[in-house]
Parts: sequence; structure tokens; C-alpha cells
Amino acid sequence: MSRFRGWIQAGATLLTNLHLPNFLKGGLYQGTGKTVCVPGLNCYSCPAASGACPIGAFQAVVGSSKFSFSYYITGFLILLGVLLGRFICGFLCPFGWFQELLHKIPTKKLSTKRLKPLTYLKYAVLLVMVFLLPAFLVNDVGMGDPFFCKYLCPQGVLEGAIPLSLANSGIRAALGKLFTWKFSILLSVIALSVLFYRPFCKWLCPLGAFYALFNRVSLFQMKVDKNKCVSCGKCARACKMDVDVTKTPNHTECIRCGMCIRACPTKAVCFRYGFGDGKDKAKAAETLQTNNNNREE
Amino acid sequence: MSCGKKAAAQIVLLITGITMLCFGVWRGEAATVLSKAIKLCLECVGIG
Repeated sequence: MSRFRGWIQAGATLLTNLHLPNFLKGGLYQGTGKTVCVPGLNCYSCPAASGACPIGAFQAVVGSSKFSFSYYITGFLILLGVLLGRFICGFLCPFGWFQELLHKIPTKKLSTKRLKPLTYLKYAVLLVMVFLLPAFLVNDVGMGDPFFCKYLCPQGVLEGAIPLSLANSGIRAALGKLFTWKFSILLSVIALSVLFYRPFCKWLCPLGAFYALFNRVSLFQMKVDKNKCVSCGKCARACKMDVDVTKTPNHTECIRCGMCIRACPTKAVCFRYGFGDGKDKAKAAETLQTNNNNREE
Repeated sequence: MSCGKKAAAQIVLLITGITMLCFGVWRGEAATVLSKAIKLCLECVGIG
């Protein structure tokens, strides 16, 4: 499956943005499909967006005068987190794919191994900009701003502001200082993505942070067969998310890209989908093998 | 985490997720999401 990852990412981006003719019209899709969230980071102000952005939708509900917490979006994210974990980041997120394409530009590449403490920043972004500020920093009528979307998210400019301002002169005329700030963030993320692998996903993405919390209990897991592993370290060197799959197969930073599977010379690493961690079955198979060996002797 | 405990945690979380999602829809959050998503989000595109 990891061999076709690029195609799956392209397909997921297309499905997330099905209404392509809207790019020419300069308007948004306004159907009921937008009641449902998409799994990846995809702005609902993108003309082609087929669903709602889960992070934007959460802030919209929390920042509304009616609600101070979103059970709908939290439940949706817990469900996806348990079913898929950060497989969504590796295979289904349009902004993750965008950063990967930028990283393919042939220039000198830099390692993020020494910048590991920055990976905790995304949890602060999730807690402060997505949960706390929109819920508690409210105006007189009890409405809060979507702080992450307004001040940090580069996807709104990439998918929303740029195509809409090209097609619609009214929107183009209304862009001001906030757009300049967000456009600089987008340019910084683009520049960093060329040098580093997925910098926004590693350091800033609140959606990745939420799914990361579920990687250990997700049904979609990485599995290492200790009997086949020869400890050559090729998997850890191949991992661009700085994870050693032999030590922590379900690390919070693992996006299930499958680079370790392809790098392993003994096919000791594989994907596994199911309840539990499959150790009982492995143990049973091992016991059976030992018994068979004993009988043969 | 043992295999049994992990499976139990997965089942509990799945049930929690489904319950929260249904409760959110029941109290009208889905309508709030739709009303926001079909309009141009000024903050998202940098107007405001």
C-alpha cells in the first residue's frame, strides 16, 4: 500500500475538493455535504471543498453563542483517531501531501532530529488556539474568534484566499493586514517544507496533534516481528518523521507512511489492522511452531 | 499495555466517539457547522 501512497494522497485530495469548477466561478460549494467533516486539514473556504474542516468546524461550534464545547467534532475525531490514527496524516491529508511535494524539490535537505522538542508545540496550539481561546475569549454576545484559522492556518490562504481573490475582485480588494500576516506564514511553511520534511505536520498542526494522541490505541498499527528483525537500523534511518519503529512502533509522530516497511531487508515491519496488538496470535503461532519442532525432534 | 486492555480501550473509545458524535448532532451542532462551512470564512482567508 505504501508504494501507492502518492496516488492515494492525490485521490484523497481530489475527493476532499470535488467541486473543481468553483475555482473558476469564485464561489463556494454550499450543499449539505458540508455538514460532514473531512479527515484532513482542508479549508472549507476552498471553492472546491466538499466537506468541513474539522479544526475550523470545532472552533465555529465552540466560538458560537449557543455552545461552549463540540461533542460532534470531538466524537468524530475520536472515532477517526481510533479507526485510523495518524494514517490520515500520511495518506489522506491534502496539506500533508502539499508539503511532501514541496520536499521533492531537489535542494539540500535538513534533518529535524535535533528539533524534536518543537514537536510538542502542536499540542500547545491544539489546546490554546483551538480549545481554550475560542471558548473563553468571547465578545459581548458570547462569540469567540477561530484563533487557529485566523492567525496561524496557512491552508486558508493557499486554498481559500489565493484562488478566491484571483477569481473575485471584491475579495481581492478586501484583503488587508491579516492576509499579509497569513500569507507570510504560508511562504515560511513553503520555504521550510523544501528544506525539512513536513514541518507544519511535525511542529504546528493541531489536527495531527489530536490524531497523535490516538496512535497507541489506533486499530491501524505498525507491527515489528522481533524474530525477523536483524537490528540493522535501516528502518530508523529511512524514517523522515524521526521514529525508530523497532523501539516504538506506534509512536505519536508515526504517520504510517510505510518508509520503514520498504527499507526493511527482512520484511520484519508491516501494517496491522485490528483490535488489540496481535501479540496473542503471534504468541500462539510461536508456541505452535515450538511444539511442532519438539515433535519432529 | 496488554492485548486485552488495548482491545478494551479501543472499544470504549469507539463507543465514546460514536456517542459524542450522536449527542452533538442531536443538540444541533451539525447545523452550526453547516452554516459556517457554506459561507466564506473571513478569518480563514485573511479578511477582518
